[in-house]
Amino acid sequence: MFGYVLRRLVSTIPVMLIVAVFVFLMLRVGPHDPAAIIAGDNANADQIAQIRQQLGLDKPLLTQLFVWLSAILHGDFGESFFFKKKVVSLIADRIEPTLALAICTSILAVVIAVPLGVVAAMRRGSMVDRLVMGFSVLGFSVPVFVIGYVLIYIFAIKFPILPVQGYSRIADGFEPFIRSIILPSLTLAVVYVALIARMTRTSVLEVLGEDYIRTAYARGLTPLQVLVRHALPNAAVPIVTVIGLGVALLIGGVVVTESVFAIPGIGRLTVDAVLARDFPTIQAIILLFSFIYVMINLIIDVSYTLLDPRIRY
Amino acid sequence: MREPAQTQTFRSLARLRVHSVLKEPAIVIPSAVLLVLVLIAIAAPWLGTIDPTLLDPTQRNKLPGFVGTTLLADGSKAPFTFHFGTDSLGRDIYSRVIYGTRISLIVGALVASVSTAFGLMIGMVAGYVRWSDGLIMRLMDGLMAIPPILLAIALVSLSRAGLAAVVIAISIPEIPRVVRLVRSVVLSIREESYVEAAITAGTPTPLLLVRHILPNCVAPLIVQATFVCASAILVESILSFLGVGIPPETPSWGNIMAAGRQYFRLFPHNILYPGICIAVTVLCVNILGDAMRDRLDPKLRKRV
Repeated sequence: MFGYVLRRLVSTIPVMLIVAVFVFLMLRVGPHDPAAIIAGDNANADQIAQIRQQLGLDKPLLTQLFVWLSAILHGDFGESFFFKKKVVSLIADRIEPTLALAICTSILAVVIAVPLGVVAAMRRGSMVDRLVMGFSVLGFSVPVFVIGYVLIYIFAIKFPILPVQGYSRIADGFEPFIRSIILPSLTLAVVYVALIARMTRTSVLEVLGEDYIRTAYARGLTPLQVLVRHALPNAAVPIVTVIGLGVALLIGGVVVTESVFAIPGIGRLTVDAVLARDFPTIQAIILLFSFIYVMINLIIDVSYTLLDPRIRY
Repeated sequence: MREPAQTQTFRSLARLRVHSVLKEPAIVIPSAVLLVLVLIAIAAPWLGTIDPTLLDPTQRNKLPGFVGTTLLADGSKAPFTFHFGTDSLGRDIYSRVIYGTRISLIVGALVASVSTAFGLMIGMVAGYVRWSDGLIMRLMDGLMAIPPILLAIALVSLSRAGLAAVVIAISIPEIPRVVRLVRSVVLSIREESYVEAAITAGTPTPLLLVRHILPNCVAPLIVQATFVCASAILVESILSFLGVGIPPETPSWGNIMAAGRQYFRLFPHNILYPGICIAVTVLCVNILGDAMRDRLDPKLRKRV
């Protein structure tokens, strides 16, 4: 087990290295000259050359790559072109809303999606099943921001029970925080619910066809007992896998949702950075999100052994 | 023993024979809707539209159904009904929505073609040329570790906003998924005895790939391309909405919504109409993809 975790950890190194090299090349090989962006529109050639020298951009590409990589490993992501601040502190300032949104969305999505998927599978072909399946196709088809605006229109404009936009920090009181996070979480949860409910249904359906389920029923267990003791534990692995893969959707959705709800998180920072062509910030955000994504899926891989004793490493 | 590659593909394609397909509403209805959308896109100028980029400061933020005037090409004014209202710059939303169909369909089709073409080439190389497999797949793993929308947003920042940049930015994150699919098909097919027979008979590798391996990739690729198309239409609207996609004056559904954001509370129709259009379009493509997957490749059914 320990050896397996270690092996998996080591195997993420080349993946992250490729992400890092890709992110590095994006800026250095792309059509934009970072020195020219920093210098601004009114700079002359000498000033640009001077900045280029300061940043080490006149050195060979490979040297630059190693300098950049070693800085990152020391936690130095450089300085933002646009905000003129250290990228690390920029991200640290913005992490709370994003983290809160992601966590609330995940909880909400799992709590809604798993029961929906289970009910759909247990009542296969019924109205509920069709509704759940219909919803899951629809959930994949509506852009996140449209869902956001529809929810704002219903719950903040027609029936003004929740704030239209904005974010309230946890430190400023729990109730305003919850009120400000409900609509964004709900918005972002839709596609995640669609994904998880669909997988739960498929996975539970498959397990329900097994012999031991029939045996369990024959032993006189109630459907609920069969579900909790036999069906769900055996259906858990694919469900948990898709929750992990869905994190990519979640991260993409965060960027959009934060823009719709004017939440000052990393998603908004991403859009601002792209609009300002603030490459150090873009690089750091991609690295951060990719790292989180890879790590969550690593944790999920490792958790299989807890979910399913048949899986041994 | 499996049947020869071509026969098998023709069989699975033959399952889509016209008369049996016509019985399946999950294929007929979305296809019909998409066909109508294609016709709308082509016939946009003749559907009672005016110039979708025409600004008219005198008719800003009008509600749907407003009867006003519009400037004709010769400079004279003519009465005009704004079925979907106007946006904050006085542009006719109906015309913009109708013309916007073009961008969405073009982006969907182009991204599906580009990512499938590149994914197919890279995937065949990875699956068939043994020494390249490890290298290519590690590269693809790295690319897949970056959340797709984030990667697309970052990629558009590299060049000037435009249709080509948007198509490339959306295609790149999709390529690794196609590569994986093609590679897995190639890996299973290359062990078949008819492939070994072809090698023994001295078939040159390119011919072998095209004649024996490629036909096996067709069915799963069609299904995959459909889903790529659906997701591309969504991502395009997201990029435009965030202001990093196609230039804002170009009528695209995402751009109409981006323009309507500011006045959403008062004039929700700015977001409503293009939002419905996107949802219907993507829904049709997704339903079509699901139906084709069930028909062409029952093995894929279990995948989400």
